[in-house]
Amino acid sequence: MSYGPKPWVQLHWDARAALNFIFGGAGSGLILFAAFAPFTQRLNQAAFLVGLALIGAGLLSVWMEIGRKLRAVHVFFNPFTSWMTRESFVALVLFVAGLSAIWTGLPQLAALAALAALGFIYCQGRILRASKGIPAWREPTVTWLVFWTAVAEGAGLFLVFAVLAGTRVPALAVASLALAVVARGIAWSGYRRRVEAQLAPKARAALEPAGKQLYQLGAVVPLALLLTGEATDIFASGAALLLAGAAALAAGWRFKFVLVVRASFNQGFALPRVPARGGK
Amino acid sequence: MTRWVMIADLRRCVGCQTCTAACKHTNATPPEVQWRRVLDMEVGEYPDVKRVFVPVGCMHCADPPCMHVCPSTATRKRSDGIVTIDYDLCIGCAYCAVACPYQARYKTDKPNFAYGDAPMENEAAVHDPKRLGVATKCTFCSDRIDAGLAKGLKPGVDPEATPACVNSCIAGALHFGDKEDPHSNVSKLLEENEHFRMHEELGTDPGFYYLWDKAAKEGYERGRSGR
Repeated sequence: MSYGPKPWVQLHWDARAALNFIFGGAGSGLILFAAFAPFTQRLNQAAFLVGLALIGAGLLSVWMEIGRKLRAVHVFFNPFTSWMTRESFVALVLFVAGLSAIWTGLPQLAALAALAALGFIYCQGRILRASKGIPAWREPTVTWLVFWTAVAEGAGLFLVFAVLAGTRVPALAVASLALAVVARGIAWSGYRRRVEAQLAPKARAALEPAGKQLYQLGAVVPLALLLTGEATDIFASGAALLLAGAAALAAGWRFKFVLVVRASFNQGFALPRVPARGGK
Repeated sequence: MTRWVMIADLRRCVGCQTCTAACKHTNATPPEVQWRRVLDMEVGEYPDVKRVFVPVGCMHCADPPCMHVCPSTATRKRSDGIVTIDYDLCIGCAYCAVACPYQARYKTDKPNFAYGDAPMENEAAVHDPKRLGVATKCTFCSDRIDAGLAKGLKPGVDPEATPACVNSCIAGALHFGDKEDPHSNVSKLLEENEHFRMHEELGTDPGFYYLWDKAAKEGYERGRSGR
């Protein structure tokens, strides 16, 4: 055992960085589902706008955190190895395709935007994975955890959007939410199993409640509400879908905030050997 | 090829922090920024406990995660192994800081001096506004190395070409030199002593070695006879 400085929470990325993962994930997820929804064109445009606005808000938030804001364009300089650069390029494609889809209404452009949205959330997962200084992030399965969290958030947000817009919620969207929250639960379970031993006790203590909520608020509650909605009248069904979507969304947002801001302990320092002092 | 590395002899370090002070004086880093730090660690279980002083900082890894993640290409690695930051390119996103397993990187957004708003003489001489809002870290005093080499001096041997922290070490615990040169001071030290590197399991191939014991006699003798 060595007792040097204990692992401490990194302070370089705060809530502003976390919002990029929170809004970016949910916005991308929404675009993914809206691209294939049988909505009216106007509704589809609105969903795309909300999705792009969320992604834009996330990027704006992280821009507020960088030290040299006027040099932000330098973020595009290293596509060869940096997932942050790749995320930026994908975001560019996403915005061009998304806005073009809104403008033209072409389903091909909407599909391209959906593909870019998938790429965007994958990049976000890889950004964390490449952070070797933070044990909770560098675990390889974090990529798929972040990915499925974003998909579940997107499905939840899509349901919220559809219910609030007063349109019929496609059965496929309901099924997608159910599948996404289950996939997210499985991803959390696999991630937790692998990362547990590497985490500082305080990091584990921070992550565990948020992970539990991915199961409870993020999976059990939405699934129960979806089943309830199936068995009740139209008004109650709408409320159930709304709550199910909101629960899936809230659990994901909380988890990502905790992962980025609260559980991001470094690993401190450790000595595999102690100095042999004194002569014999 | 050259690979500059640093060695800290843990048997010799007394935790006096002179290296930290020398680094701060040379580079005029702001308060709370220590490119060369010395950790005070307790190792072992009662009653077999030891106090160990461990110099840390940028390890100038051969496979630096900070360089791979850097979106602006500000962080690079020179052919001699020194990891550098181009302050004109860096956007201060701090991605390198969270990617570094050694907590060696800092970011300071506002000018900050040891005694308030007014810089001391050495701070005024070295203060560089380019270092604000960007990532900073130990440079292995690359300016001293380059200037020394230009004069035909040998880094690690000639003080003028050697990092300030190594020059200042009162216990002779810090060493600097070319690991690729089999006759260099550091190559001999590594051959004659047992050593390890911090968090080697992460595969970053750090350029900072810690000596903790003499090598087994057989290996030591073989090293001395050059076989």
